[in-house]
Amino acid sequence: MSNTSPLLDVSGLTKHFPIKGGFPIRRTVGAVQAVDGLDFQVAEGESLGLVGESGCGKSTTGRLITRLLEPTAGKISYRGQDITHASRKQLAPIRSEIQMIFQDPYASLNPRHTVGKIISGPMEINDINPEGGREKRVRELLEIVGLNPEHYNRFPHEFSGGQRQRIGVARALALEPKLIVADEPVSALDVSIQAQVVNLLQQVQKDLGIAFVFIAHDLAIVRHFSQRVAVMYLGKIVEIADREDLYGNPRHPYTRALLSAVPEATVDETPRERIRLVGDVPSPISPPSGCRFRTRCWKATEKCASEAPPLVQVEGNKPGHLTACHYPETQETVPAPRLSKDPEAAA
Amino acid sequence: MTSTDQQPFLSVKDLKVHFSTEDGIVKAVDGLSFDLARGRTLGIVGESGSGKSVTNLTILGLHNPDSTKVEGSIELDGEELNGAPEKTLEKLRGNKMAMIFQDALASLSPYHTIGKQIGETYRKHTGASKQEARARAIEMLRRVGIPQPDVRVDDYPHQFSGGMRQRAMIAMALVCDPQLLIADEPTTALDVTVQAQIMDLLKDLQQEFGTSIIFITHDLGVIADIADDVLVMYGGRCVERGSKEEVLRAPQHPYTWGLLGSMPSLDGPVDVPLNPIPGSPPSLLNPPSGCRFHPRCAFAEKVDGNRCATESPVLEITDGRGNACHLTDEQRREFFSDLAGSQAH
Repeated sequence: MSNTSPLLDVSGLTKHFPIKGGFPIRRTVGAVQAVDGLDFQVAEGESLGLVGESGCGKSTTGRLITRLLEPTAGKISYRGQDITHASRKQLAPIRSEIQMIFQDPYASLNPRHTVGKIISGPMEINDINPEGGREKRVRELLEIVGLNPEHYNRFPHEFSGGQRQRIGVARALALEPKLIVADEPVSALDVSIQAQVVNLLQQVQKDLGIAFVFIAHDLAIVRHFSQRVAVMYLGKIVEIADREDLYGNPRHPYTRALLSAVPEATVDETPRERIRLVGDVPSPISPPSGCRFRTRCWKATEKCASEAPPLVQVEGNKPGHLTACHYPETQETVPAPRLSKDPEAAA
Repeated sequence: MTSTDQQPFLSVKDLKVHFSTEDGIVKAVDGLSFDLARGRTLGIVGESGSGKSVTNLTILGLHNPDSTKVEGSIELDGEELNGAPEKTLEKLRGNKMAMIFQDALASLSPYHTIGKQIGETYRKHTGASKQEARARAIEMLRRVGIPQPDVRVDDYPHQFSGGMRQRAMIAMALVCDPQLLIADEPTTALDVTVQAQIMDLLKDLQQEFGTSIIFITHDLGVIADIADDVLVMYGGRCVERGSKEEVLRAPQHPYTWGLLGSMPSLDGPVDVPLNPIPGSPPSLLNPPSGCRFHPRCAFAEKVDGNRCATESPVLEITDGRGNACHLTDEQRREFFSDLAGSQAH
């Protein structure tokens, strides 16, 4: 995959939200460093998963890629074309190729529009008239996402959460996109419905060859859906690798802690290794110096405080497996101590 | 355990909770029975609308008496709660039984400090002075792992992070050493690392105080971590009950099979589709006839004589284990091993 140019190429992507304060003149007094220097690529037809805890910048990344937010620095190239600061006009043809699926199936559909109008909306805006008319295309799309084409004239409130999410998927597919950014597409749904929507997205990805940036906090779902996975912490990618490598051989302590915290619906005789992180994610307004994870890391040393580890292929990694850590984990690393009960340490 | 001669701490029998709405009667809970022994954790699993939250609000007497019809019996330590006067319930709530809610920010008052909110419950039930209540609040915050509790006690909820708010809620619920703690999706809104912290905390506190816990969740992984016994709810009824090991290792009801098949795991196969349950949860205004799961059940046609659609299966519990399904044990074994086999590769 690496010899062809990637569909999406992101380098040094940064987004700082200014914080205004002061009176009577409001000045910028600081910045929320939501995303800070991301590098990653998405190949055609591939799904890249972005995981991390709330506030790690994964949603901001999604919005930067779709250019719903203006990047502070860095570069986004789509099919070799620099779209980092492209104008609305320049973006118009690209926007039809990059679509988004949102988390909340209730807030992301206009309650006053019929399903037909919602799904044909993107075609209307881009003045696309498919053969046989828009209505025919919408009915096709409804079929693809597993809804009854007869529901063309219904309103969103007549559908359940899972069905609404299917409408959202149909809308994203309306313009035959090359890349879909799906921001927590199933986290608002019940477990049994989640699986339906995940299956639908997987089928869409396979049948139509659409690339995905799949943003989620559920590591098991990301693993199921994405061929490559990037783990984010406080605005940075700490580890990125093929699915098998990331889940089978996590090198960053945070990845390891995150994986060990996922509760699994199995009752094992020998319980899995458990790493308990203390405290909360620090504020992105003044992130820790050096490695941002060091305040919660059980291996941190002075080097971690002074020097930010670069995202590189550390020793023992397969090609394409990048880790940003001075002291990467190995399979044999002794499990971290159980740290749960020490409130003072969390201060 | 010698629970045979001992009365269960909480005993719910044939509980029915019906709401009258403009559209008709919503049968949110329809004939639910379960027991909970002292110091045990019962996990209640179900999807939205399965009646798991309503059950627990009813136990606490937090339903609206004007629009709600409650039938059946709720016995806490030998005392009947259904129909008990509000005064009795008020004495029990926050004292003998307490609740933790999902959304900590919405459940805490933004206008009062954390310390005051924790102390309020304590003062009400013990008649302690303000100073005593404050000291107690600090002690509770320390116990739930809030750093610098003597300083943070004067903070407002917005100054706490999500995980700390949930800890503060737990501190508030436990301030009077309740014997029954009802936790309604207490970790759903939290990140996994924080969720793990909170569950460890609950387990530690339970060991320390011997509290009985009802833990409501939709996540079977959380159940595997925290519960002793599991009750699976669907459409206002219990469809399966058993110990955690029994339910997760050898689930008996097709709905439980469906739930387990819907969840991807961290080491399962990746390129096969998941096994979702088709359709969506039933409306409780017009619940399906017979077994409420039959319209979504892949095995309904295997039962002779269309019984699933006409005849409501009876939940038979022996030794705490049982299910409400018309399939015979033999069929069940066969179908489940087929399912497990198809998911293994």
